[in-house]
Amino acid sequence: MTTAAPRAAGIVTPVRGIGGGLLGAIYIVWWRDIIRYWRDRARVGASLAQPLLYLVIFGTGLASSLGGGFGATTAGGAGVSYTQFIYPGVISMSVLFTAIFGAMSIVWDREFGFMRELLVAPIDRAAIAIGKTLGGATQAMIQGLILLVLAPFVGVTLAPAVIAQVVVLTFVLAFGLSAMGVALASFMRSMQGFQVVMNFLMMPMFFLSGALFPLVGLPGWMTVLTRLNPASYGIDPIRRVLLGSSGFPVDRFAITIFDQTLPIAVEIVVVLGFGAVMLGIAVRAFQRRD
Amino acid sequence: MAAVIEIQKLVKKYGDIEAVRGIDLVVEQGEVFGFLGPNGAGKTTTISILCTLLRPTAGAAQVAGIDVARDPAAVRSRIGLVFQDPSLDDQLTARENLDLHGRIYGVPSALRRQRIDELLEVVELKDRASSLVRTFSGGMKRRLEIARGVLHHPQILFLDEPTLGLDPQTRKHIWDYLNELRRREGVTLFMTTHYMDEAEFCDRIAIIDQGRIVALGTPTELKGKIGGDVITLQVSDVPAAAREVEQRFGIAPLSANGTLRIEVPDGASFLPRLVRELPMRIDSVSLSRPSLDDVFLKLTGHAIRAEGASDKDMLRNMGRMWRGGRR
Repeated sequence: MTTAAPRAAGIVTPVRGIGGGLLGAIYIVWWRDIIRYWRDRARVGASLAQPLLYLVIFGTGLASSLGGGFGATTAGGAGVSYTQFIYPGVISMSVLFTAIFGAMSIVWDREFGFMRELLVAPIDRAAIAIGKTLGGATQAMIQGLILLVLAPFVGVTLAPAVIAQVVVLTFVLAFGLSAMGVALASFMRSMQGFQVVMNFLMMPMFFLSGALFPLVGLPGWMTVLTRLNPASYGIDPIRRVLLGSSGFPVDRFAITIFDQTLPIAVEIVVVLGFGAVMLGIAVRAFQRRD
Repeated sequence: MAAVIEIQKLVKKYGDIEAVRGIDLVVEQGEVFGFLGPNGAGKTTTISILCTLLRPTAGAAQVAGIDVARDPAAVRSRIGLVFQDPSLDDQLTARENLDLHGRIYGVPSALRRQRIDELLEVVELKDRASSLVRTFSGGMKRRLEIARGVLHHPQILFLDEPTLGLDPQTRKHIWDYLNELRRREGVTLFMTTHYMDEAEFCDRIAIIDQGRIVALGTPTELKGKIGGDVITLQVSDVPAAAREVEQRFGIAPLSANGTLRIEVPDGASFLPRLVRELPMRIDSVSLSRPSLDDVFLKLTGHAIRAEGASDKDMLRNMGRMWRGGRR
């Protein structure tokens, strides 16, 4: 904290410096995102339409043509219906889209919105990148978790322990994707790049993530792409926990690398590591001045 | 009076384009200083360097005694900034916007509350404190931004086109608030504008064109650069009329926007002669005291004009359309 230069009499000398340092600043950026999210509840409702379409129409349609015992071909016993299979995938889709769309708003916000206020503030700009990532991740996580209310309709039982695990896993996925979105947005100077991100990144990531079909027995090139996709490692544990706990045989859908099924802990580390690298890139980009 | 802003040989290049080409300037504590010039003259670039948003290519600048390149954070804590485009969060209320600002600048909570109440009163938004900013008019938003800009007691408040796009009456009100704040807080105001009438509210003005300061002084001094009065003629053939004026009276007139401007020491006695002796038809004629428009025209050879839409303007419009439904 420094003292202000001499001023005219009767003027209050302000206190300089950020209350709470870097953490305080991160909290402020995060808090603003959460207030905005809470205010915009209409958007929260509307954004559930797409996952519902996938689950109800796409899921039911494909389930009918695939037959009931999806995935029950090798072992005997009950299989997983297609709708059940994509349920965790649809939760993840909601996370993916919310995280990326949320981060893209930074591009506009920086040029004409409140972001400019943050950029001239006497705070470390790392706080902006971190706060935005965490804010976006929190929103994306909530958008995903809201869909848990559909569990009874798809025949998935939710024990408190399962919910707790899913909350953690969903946040991990949300963090990785939000960090990626913020890193991308930090390099974009116009909204024109948004279409490119949408078509060449978001949709391929979604299709290759195991959200809509199992990542086993695919052609070699596709297997490689799915294994390079960080989202794959975020979705897989959610499915394994969510469906596995209801007694569905989901382990055979799990991601394998060289025929080894990855432990959930390793998948979490992969996604968190990816998120940390992306966040590092975003921090560097925000700290740069032209 | 101490200097609060000092600029030495400031240059900013974007690739090959030189937006600012060597500016030297000193602004005193408590002054209202105006940066006047057309779009693209380098006003916003200069202000962005002073606010540490851009790095200078060459030269140096000190704000509140601190070098902008060496310690940007220290500069930022001592200045307030009102942008050309609103940078309020319109999903938050007026009070929340101010509160957020106070938190970011580390104003302790008790002082913050007191300061917010006080400033909402000054800009007459007290009864709308709990309304979402998206329900505000352009003038209300600007008032709120000005209040926000001085919340943390900055030494200098930078205003980039503070009244752009506002109607004349609202513009006058904004000036009332600015003068009131200046009186109460002793804050130095540094602003850019391309409204000539507005520049006259400033203590001193720098006229900037193509990245250079072409004139610096009080509005009166600058207007004194024009000898006496200005006669503005509207004729169909401007070049022909210009030749006639030059031949008959030995005065070189300036032409801009289809009009002819003639500077004369005593306009009232010259005007009848001019009308009598000029052979062509005159559509209209007016006599006026010199305005800063005249000064600008005289110094730069061209009028202050609105330029074509830049990429940024297009993005701005896109954003307005995009968010249109929520305003």
